[in-house]
Amino acid sequence: MGGFWLTALTFVPLLGAFGVLMQSDEESIWRSAFVFSLIPLAISLYLFAVFDPHQASYQFVERYSWIPQFGISYHMGMDGISLFLVILTTLLISLSLLYSGGGDIETRPREFCFMMLVLETGLIGALLAIDLFLFYVFWEVMLVPMYLMIGIWGHGRKIYATFKFVLFTMLGSLLMLVAILYLVGAARAQLGHLTFDLPDLYRVPLSQAEARWLFAGFAIAFAIKVPMWPVHTWLPDAHTEAPTAGSVMLAAVMLKMGAYGFLRFAIPLFPEVAIEATPIFMALAVIGIIYGALVAMVQPDLKRIVAYSSVSHLGFVMLGIFALNPQGLDGAVYQMLNHGVSTGALFLLVGMIYVRRHTRDVSEFGGLWKTVPMFAVVFMVVMLSSIGLPGLNGFVGEFLILLGTFLKSQRAAEVAVLGVVLGALYMMWAYERVMWGPITKAVNQTIKDLSKREIAVMVPLIALMLLMGLYPRPLLSRMEPSLNLLLDRVGAAQARLDAEHTRTIAALAAPVRNLADK
Amino acid sequence: MNQFTLAAVNFAWLPILPLIAVTLGAMVIMLVGPGIDDEDSAGLGLIALMTVLAAFVLTLFTLGENTLSFGGALALDDYSGFFELVILVATAVTIGMSLDYVADERIAGAEYYSLILFAALGMMLMATAGDLIIIFLGLETMSIAVYALVGFLRRDPRSSEAALKYFLLGAFSTGFLLYGIALVYGATGTIRLDPVRAAVATDMASNPLLLMGLGMMLIGFGFKVAAVPFHMWTPDAYEGAPTPVTAFMAVGVKVAAFAGFLRIFLVHLGPVSAQWSAVLWVLAVLTMSVGNLIALVQSNIKRMLAYSAIAHAGYIILGMAAASSHQAGGAILYYLLGYSFTTLGAFAVVIALERAGEARDRISDFRGLARTHPGLAAAMAIFMLSLAGVPPLAGFVGKFYLFSAALNAGLVWLVIIAALNSAISVYYYTRVIVEMYAREGNEIDVKRIGARPALLLSIVAGVAGTVLIGIFPQPYMGASASAFAAAAGRPALKTTAMLR
Repeated sequence: MGGFWLTALTFVPLLGAFGVLMQSDEESIWRSAFVFSLIPLAISLYLFAVFDPHQASYQFVERYSWIPQFGISYHMGMDGISLFLVILTTLLISLSLLYSGGGDIETRPREFCFMMLVLETGLIGALLAIDLFLFYVFWEVMLVPMYLMIGIWGHGRKIYATFKFVLFTMLGSLLMLVAILYLVGAARAQLGHLTFDLPDLYRVPLSQAEARWLFAGFAIAFAIKVPMWPVHTWLPDAHTEAPTAGSVMLAAVMLKMGAYGFLRFAIPLFPEVAIEATPIFMALAVIGIIYGALVAMVQPDLKRIVAYSSVSHLGFVMLGIFALNPQGLDGAVYQMLNHGVSTGALFLLVGMIYVRRHTRDVSEFGGLWKTVPMFAVVFMVVMLSSIGLPGLNGFVGEFLILLGTFLKSQRAAEVAVLGVVLGALYMMWAYERVMWGPITKAVNQTIKDLSKREIAVMVPLIALMLLMGLYPRPLLSRMEPSLNLLLDRVGAAQARLDAEHTRTIAALAAPVRNLADK
Repeated sequence: MNQFTLAAVNFAWLPILPLIAVTLGAMVIMLVGPGIDDEDSAGLGLIALMTVLAAFVLTLFTLGENTLSFGGALALDDYSGFFELVILVATAVTIGMSLDYVADERIAGAEYYSLILFAALGMMLMATAGDLIIIFLGLETMSIAVYALVGFLRRDPRSSEAALKYFLLGAFSTGFLLYGIALVYGATGTIRLDPVRAAVATDMASNPLLLMGLGMMLIGFGFKVAAVPFHMWTPDAYEGAPTPVTAFMAVGVKVAAFAGFLRIFLVHLGPVSAQWSAVLWVLAVLTMSVGNLIALVQSNIKRMLAYSAIAHAGYIILGMAAASSHQAGGAILYYLLGYSFTTLGAFAVVIALERAGEARDRISDFRGLARTHPGLAAAMAIFMLSLAGVPPLAGFVGKFYLFSAALNAGLVWLVIIAALNSAISVYYYTRVIVEMYAREGNEIDVKRIGARPALLLSIVAGVAGTVLIGIFPQPYMGASASAFAAAAGRPALKTTAMLR
């Protein structure tokens, strides 16, 4: 399978970015950016249609030599894990552009659209790269537009948030770069040639100590991005100060890159270490779930509530991943998509309310149900999806994750369930304070309900919430083969560990048995 | 002993034509210069530019040559060719940045441009040196010209202070280098580099004379490349010098010093690398860390770039500490190439902001630049990102190449320290971008860039180099590797074979 689909998917947004730079008046900037973002969306939907659900390995593969001296190639491919994340990216970029054009971004629209489209290239490229060098390039490329977005169009302490975001993520990625280089060096010793190709690197046997260090190098970078407790502190600041579209892209796609990194790189490259590290990661994930929920509960700012809810929800994703069984992994990937849709929608709604009132303080609202009924209904659906009401998307993911976790560790599942309850609590409490009760502030009586543009932004997301909640099959069936491939690797590693364990036991038992024989 | 007979000396004139061209150009400028008013000095600049161009073309013709000329005093190989080309590009860009600057600041053009060319001559001589005396000669030719250039803003006390400081410390360091050369001569009985290598390859590892000489030379070069703890002159000299001269120092002087440093240490003292690579390990850690940490708190862009230049010297020394890896030489050359384009471009943007008599070299002067001059801001952002090591720009690929060479040599901890340092550096490079893009107000009026074609061209060259060398690194990596291989006397192996 060859073709140029993935290249087109990745670089059309970049072309679009430069196309946008040519535009002069504001109207045509927004229109052209939106149109350019529709092309990759169309391509990704086409790829979904022609995606072979029975094939576990990469599809639509493209491979060209890039830096032969280092065995680096332009190697792109898509599998059941990246397929949906790519669609999520293309969809949310389009919706964010559509939304931002309606007044959320008032200054420098040209630069804004440019950044959004460059960001799209970085995100899609990182999801599709199978060459570690290529992956690293895209991984870093997506940082730059994001921090400029926070820095230029952010609110409040935007500069502080920008620096915190950049320093956290760069620290992680540079350590990952060292790990990548070391891994490649080890691969050369084993395979006899330099390669950054992921399938080749999967086959490199490493000593236990090496594998542990390298896993740590990758895991720190990805854990920062997820973000896992206790390296999550950049997220609330970045989320809160970012412009709406920036928060949407951060929450919906960028955080997923961390979880995706575990699935694509950290776990399959070092399955033995991943198995060993399971208790640590499950514990951190559970702490993140509870901690995120508790902190979300006491936030006075709507956007901070959503931001901390992300910490909690991503804790679920990590819990599912490290359950390392089919239910857990299915649920984790599904929950990644859910979180993208629901939290993306939540950030959009918070943005809409902010544009109207220029505040996000929960105490500034109350009784909005009466003045903006449509907004309240949409908010209700999105909130219910976020807390995992059966029939909506969030339920499927959380259920599968908890099932997987239960099979792995009953204790972890028990605590994590508490997170679901707390999630419902803080979300509904916030909803109650914003929407219900009497109207306490006079300004709230005159605010306008959703505009046509805003409805157009929300309808696809709500449709997806229903669709994914009621009929998960088409998604699950496409991701399962790829996840099973990953599980096979983990299973093989488990078998190796077990065999080693048996050998150790036997070796320890031998003198005893000899003694008994005598 | 070696009886010096003229007949035995091989004079190959052709490969030294670039050197001759630069010398002649400088002399012509000195001769016609006094008749030209300071306001019209751009004409002299153009003569200098043509000279550099001619030398560049002549150098291209000498590529592939591998001869020792003048009895081994000059080593004309692809290594010298590579460095000559980089130095000539740096000189050309420096002149391009200077054309308006020199006229605006009423600097005496004849002296300025001829000194630039003489400095370039010294640099090229260092790159071509086949013996220790020529290295010294090149270093002095370069340094004396640059001392004078630093002090060119006679009305600015910062400039005079910088020149004096640079001169005193520089003279001191030259003394160290000369002592080192003398001691190495004492130990090996020769000043020619090839015999030095042959001599140290035999059992010389614990010869005290050699080791002392080695240490002295290390200090001498440490001063010139601004390695910590020999870096004290750098920030003051960089800040006080006319900005094009700062760029010239940050790129030309540094590249030339490394050309000599690498040739002596990596190539000809390679056999005793066990004796000095541990010292370089420490030097690399110090240089990277001090450079990056102090750069964090700078509020002046020239000082910030000075400390950043120190930090980058640290990364290069990291590559030298990895001498046992075959990749090291190529990686350093490639890194220098990317660093040169990026740094030149960054200084060109700094110059674009300046006006006659007004330095405008505080980082806060960049505030709001993205709104008033989006092109300049975008270029500066690219340079800062490249220096910070963000892919796919040249600075990233260079670091990638260097780090992988160092890991190849087993220096895992050094690479981790370097990676942490890079993370620190992201902060102060990002700060410039944040000032330009995220902060408002305090917008300064920048003289129209379109009216200064040479400066514009310098910035464009910087951007093009930074982006192209990063995205299509293969040809440059190949050239770097084979250039180093030429100096190392190994046949230019196929690059893939070299990496095994």
